[in-house]
Amino acid sequence: MRIGVITFPGSLDDVDAVRAVRLAGAEPVALWHASHDLEDVDAVVLPGGFSYGDYLRAGAIAARAPLVQDVVDRARSGMPVLGICNGFQVLCEAGLLPGALTRNGHLHFRNRDQALRIQRADTAWTQDYEAGQRIVVPVKNGEGRYVAAPADLDRIEGEGRVAVRYLEGNPNGSMRDIAGVTSENGRVVGLMPHPEHAVEDLTGPSTDGLGFFTSVLKAVVSA
Amino acid sequence: MPRVVVDVVLKPEISDPQGQAVLGALGRLGHDGVRSVRQGKHFVLEVDGTPDRAELQQIAETLLANPVIEDVELRLPTD
Repeated sequence: MRIGVITFPGSLDDVDAVRAVRLAGAEPVALWHASHDLEDVDAVVLPGGFSYGDYLRAGAIAARAPLVQDVVDRARSGMPVLGICNGFQVLCEAGLLPGALTRNGHLHFRNRDQALRIQRADTAWTQDYEAGQRIVVPVKNGEGRYVAAPADLDRIEGEGRVAVRYLEGNPNGSMRDIAGVTSENGRVVGLMPHPEHAVEDLTGPSTDGLGFFTSVLKAVVSA
Repeated sequence: MPRVVVDVVLKPEISDPQGQAVLGALGRLGHDGVRSVRQGKHFVLEVDGTPDRAELQQIAETLLANPVIEDVELRLPTD
């Protein structure tokens, strides 16, 4: 099981994502955004950070990187893709996930441990959780407010595309407390909070985040 | 060289906390007559030859703006 982690200029959390992949029992594969080679990986993680300095819009330029276009093609045929924070922004900008991430409602960067509810426990990245399960992982963003037009939000909710919701306080003003969404087939998931920072007792508030990385092992085997 | 202007603003239904912060500052400065502020981006493109409206519209909608949340307004030299 090979899981790629793409590094862009300005990525920050790629090393933590690689570590989480390894702790989950898979082989992490470091990928470079400008190449056109996914190196036969079975799944891909787009990590957090500030790709291309967030110039234009967060994730906008990274979404047009050569390797991301390859990821889009593979994702449409079922390869699991996880976007965390900036990676979530990239997936929305690339059109793989609905909605957009904008400046936090209160305009402050928010960094804290955050309670979440797993809404969908049947996606490629969340099947090791129970539906409705409460987890705590770090959240840290300045442009994490999930938005879409009201009619689009109704459609997203109606299709069951909300994968993760904020609990016990919304850190950034995201509409309907949406912390993460999934693709129609449940293979692509994006979320603003950071499960890769909650995989070891020594360095995280919990080990609740590890489930994202163990889930995908089963998703790839069963595909 | 022809200059093309592209203005990008958030759709009316998307809230704009940056614009609201500017509005708050204007109120504190005594400009009570300003009712709302929407903050956006203004791009100036210099292009070779006669600007191609269709191509520029595509540039605006696929890179300069995110159509999920933003509207674009294109102005060519002939407008």
